[in-house]
Amino acid sequence: MTDVQNLEERFQAKIDAELKIEPKDWMPEKYRKTLIRQISQHAHSEVVGMLPEGNWITRAPNLRRKAILLAKVQDEAGHGLYLYSACETLGVTREQTIDDLLSGKAKYSSIFNYPTLTWADIGAIGWLVDGAAIMNQVMLCRTSYGPYARAMVRICKEESFHQRQGYEIMAVLAKGTPEQKEMAQDALNRWWWPSLMMFGPTDANSPHSAESMKWKIKRQSNDELRQTFIDRTVQQAEVIGLTIPDPRLKWNESTQHYDWGEIDWTEFNNVVAGNGPCNKERLAARNKAHDDGAWVRKAALAHAAKKAKKKQAA
Amino acid sequence: MTDNPNNWPLWEIFIQSKRGLEHKHVGSLHAADAQMAIENARDVYTRRQEGQSIWVVPAGAISSSQPDDAAMLFDPADDKTYRHPTFYTMPEGAKYI
Repeated sequence: MTDVQNLEERFQAKIDAELKIEPKDWMPEKYRKTLIRQISQHAHSEVVGMLPEGNWITRAPNLRRKAILLAKVQDEAGHGLYLYSACETLGVTREQTIDDLLSGKAKYSSIFNYPTLTWADIGAIGWLVDGAAIMNQVMLCRTSYGPYARAMVRICKEESFHQRQGYEIMAVLAKGTPEQKEMAQDALNRWWWPSLMMFGPTDANSPHSAESMKWKIKRQSNDELRQTFIDRTVQQAEVIGLTIPDPRLKWNESTQHYDWGEIDWTEFNNVVAGNGPCNKERLAARNKAHDDGAWVRKAALAHAAKKAKKKQAA
Repeated sequence: MTDNPNNWPLWEIFIQSKRGLEHKHVGSLHAADAQMAIENARDVYTRRQEGQSIWVVPAGAISSSQPDDAAMLFDPADDKTYRHPTFYTMPEGAKYI
């Protein structure tokens, strides 16, 4: 038996025994690479996710909503930072990770390439997009890599208000004037299918899934998570009197799950490939923010150097 | 810590009690270098299986907030109860939210 085989077996034995992998542990190169890709994509999604919501901060309908939206966007920035630092424990630099986002090399969740056209979209994002993200993130609290799992525990705790504030917005609009209810329904119509796409390709078309499950990076499949999300969300829509835009949606007594229609995978692939409604705008906004901040980063370093010099002289 | 180079410097000790949990600050000790700090921390802080990993950090490398600044730093969170899920009233009958 070669040394690497031996190491891989010991690594897998740890995973099978539900022991977390920590940064100093030996790990297969592919495990490290997979985690770097997944954690950095996750971090980028938090950061780019600020853009569609940030679009409505100045136009929130009242001070209460504005304070809440600000707090939420602020959380997303924090979550991006927790994840970037978890990513750094795998031996990749912060600078490289950010560069990969800015150059378009790295991906982020495609859901943020859709526009926020009305105030109801902020409700739909909290309820559906955060709802879908939470399904995934609750699973990731038990992921096998220690620093990632710890970041997710923190994130899940903080996110628990995100979905509720969105659902509250939808509930209020749905009980409002006919125009307000229509606005809420229109937002649900536009965000429903992209939210289902957030869980990724079907299990049959998800080539990396088996390995991620074996390494317990993931613990539930895309299709399982998507089904649970649908089962939970349909009831929530009913309670506030909105209709899920899927004519094939139907409760199935024998499976105890909802049957539902078909995701438009052509649209999914198109948005992933960079041709969604806002891909270019999002990347341009991130690049502009990064470039505009260059002088601030430089000035802070110069100031720190000056203070250090002063202290040395004293 | 004194500046006398003949004195061993002070190290802050962080112990991870179990894989998957964070390293927690447990205290400090003096040692000539990082390696000795780890060895001494093993003896001082993990005699009863308290740890499975040790971090040692030169005490001088830690910067701390000042007690007098506590109000300025932390009070602003007091009136932001909307950061907690219990702030929101959910429609009657809604489940899993």
